[in-house]
Amino acid sequence: MSTLTLAKALNEGMRKAMEDDPKVLIMGEDVGKLGGVFRVTDGLQKDFGEQRVIDTPLAESGIIGTAIGLALRGYRPVCEIQFDGFVFPAADQIITQLAKMPLRSLGKVRLPVVVRIPCGGGIGAVEHHSESPEAYFTHTSGLRVVACSNPADAYTMIQQAIRCDDPVVFFEPKRRYWEKAEVDTSAEPAGWPPFDQAQVVRQGTDLTVLAYGPMVKTCLEAAAAAEEDGRSLEVVDLRSLNPLDVARVTESVRKTGRCIVVHEAPVYNGFGAEVAARVTETCFYNLEAPVLRVGGPSTPYPPSRLEDHYLPDLDRVLDAVDRAFAF
Amino acid sequence: MTADAPHGAEAPPELVQLLTPEGERVEHPDYDIDLTPEEIRGLYRDLVLVRRVDLEAVALQRQGELGIWASLLGQEAAQIGSGRALAETDMAFPTYREHGVAWCRGVDPVNLLGLFRGVNHGGWDPAEHNFHLYTIVIGSQTLHAVGYAMGVQRDSAEAATIVYFGDGATSQGDVNESFIWASVFNAPVVFFCQNNQWAISEPLEKQSRIPLYRRASGFGFPGVRVDGNDVFACLAVTRKALADARSGQGPMLIEAFTYRMGAHTTSDDPTRYRVAGELEAWKLKDPIERVRAYMFKNQLADQEFFDAIDAEADDLGRDVRKRCLALPDPEPLAIFDHVYAEPHRLMDEERAQFAAYLEGFEG
Repeated sequence: MSTLTLAKALNEGMRKAMEDDPKVLIMGEDVGKLGGVFRVTDGLQKDFGEQRVIDTPLAESGIIGTAIGLALRGYRPVCEIQFDGFVFPAADQIITQLAKMPLRSLGKVRLPVVVRIPCGGGIGAVEHHSESPEAYFTHTSGLRVVACSNPADAYTMIQQAIRCDDPVVFFEPKRRYWEKAEVDTSAEPAGWPPFDQAQVVRQGTDLTVLAYGPMVKTCLEAAAAAEEDGRSLEVVDLRSLNPLDVARVTESVRKTGRCIVVHEAPVYNGFGAEVAARVTETCFYNLEAPVLRVGGPSTPYPPSRLEDHYLPDLDRVLDAVDRAFAF
Repeated sequence: MTADAPHGAEAPPELVQLLTPEGERVEHPDYDIDLTPEEIRGLYRDLVLVRRVDLEAVALQRQGELGIWASLLGQEAAQIGSGRALAETDMAFPTYREHGVAWCRGVDPVNLLGLFRGVNHGGWDPAEHNFHLYTIVIGSQTLHAVGYAMGVQRDSAEAATIVYFGDGATSQGDVNESFIWASVFNAPVVFFCQNNQWAISEPLEKQSRIPLYRRASGFGFPGVRVDGNDVFACLAVTRKALADARSGQGPMLIEAFTYRMGAHTTSDDPTRYRVAGELEAWKLKDPIERVRAYMFKNQLADQEFFDAIDAEADDLGRDVRKRCLALPDPEPLAIFDHVYAEPHRLMDEERAQFAAYLEGFEG
């Protein structure tokens, strides 16, 4: 066991993946000498060299497009998109090529490319640095979309994403990069939960809270507060958004009879809409209340002086819990 | 240039040419080629056969057997010349019009027809032929080619990568990004731009104020313009560029100056945007006729040879047609196949649901 920040856990996970497989490459803007603007790739270029940790020109489409070419040559590139709001120049390559080329080849081509995206707000940043674009990618068949919420998962999930033969969009909760936890770096990968599996991170009996990425911690805090009011909330960290672990979600909601889904992204057409629809289909006769969604307003991300109002917090989660119980 | 002037019909001075439209061999100070009569007969055969397959495909589309077809008519020399320049270990990244290059790489023409018929989106194995899948989004494949070339560098392999794109694609961000990447990483890649003068209805001057090959200098690597209707010149220039790339001299841009003699695709109507005289002017520069004239003049082949090639072309056309019509429609549940390489529960779930739905119609 070692105590690692989430950023360091990702770093250690990538280091392990690079040691295990010489075909694993890191590429992106400032990922080499600087170690990334969040230092997630710190020290990797020093130890693995410029051929494997590539400081790229400043063009996101170029990063993903050349990563596809490297994957066609047998490499396993791990691309860093510097900030969530900068992924859009690469969206064309991700959606029209990365997601669809394996099908285009009738399975003869595999593209084991990981697209790492620091996501979400809460760091007082300027425009385009605080967004949650996951729904654009969960809507794109051919991609796997995952989100880690804590250092232990960051360490294992990044390695599982790199080992996966499908392209993976990997969301990292940037405001949690500096939070520390115990990480068991010696556990055998065979014992890790599959990275497309949801995890119950707090047991409860009265209401299921579904969350992922940065909102998991907020929801755990809300569950602790709710307990003082005599409400037992079960918190499920979805971890994988495509595919969604419908079985685990269903199991939890059938037990509790109430469900809210929480994310930072705008509610309207957000990923929570898919979750709510699925839960309604699988748990209709068990539900005591409609599945409620908690998320950002359906507006662009606001200037940072307003972000505390925009981002769901403990009180917003508890407000939804109250509404679910009042129904 | 006024709207009515023929596009590109007057040969620009920078053009590398080894065989004139009249079939005369000419010298070039930087590029030359020494071809045996057998090699020349082989090139002629390639040119004729790919034109015949193309003609058959257009006919199949007109008869409702293909959804659409993108004809290579007029661009045979650019594609056969560059395609025959490739070594076996070189990798080619095509657009959706590289039927001639596909031929050189041993891809069955029926595979190409399958895509346009709609039985799949491609489906050949790029690694088997060192010929990547057709890419329909304009210019996307240039980045894939450069990434692949970066992989070649990391493997310390002696191989080059060639990527095809058109004049319209040079306006795309991805193409410009690929130039930058190739330049700063000194990637072993040849950018082969077939300037066929038209991006659907838009003439070259909507894409560029300067000749396209000169764009390369701004990115820091050489560019050359070659007569795209001259198979000898295309072969010579591409062969040199590939050899330079393999030996670590980095990227090069080749602008093959040619002409799209047909429509953009079978859905297009070029009479709406270009004058008939333009096509007539370019017909005089036909890529096949000049080789035939050269062979006749130099007695590299007799009438019997030309007749035999024509007969072979007709046989090929018939064979391609027959096998195209025999392509089975995929089974409905194939929709869910190959979307992911590893098991994916949403695919499994929806496949099962759809199968159950379909079973409801049986019996």
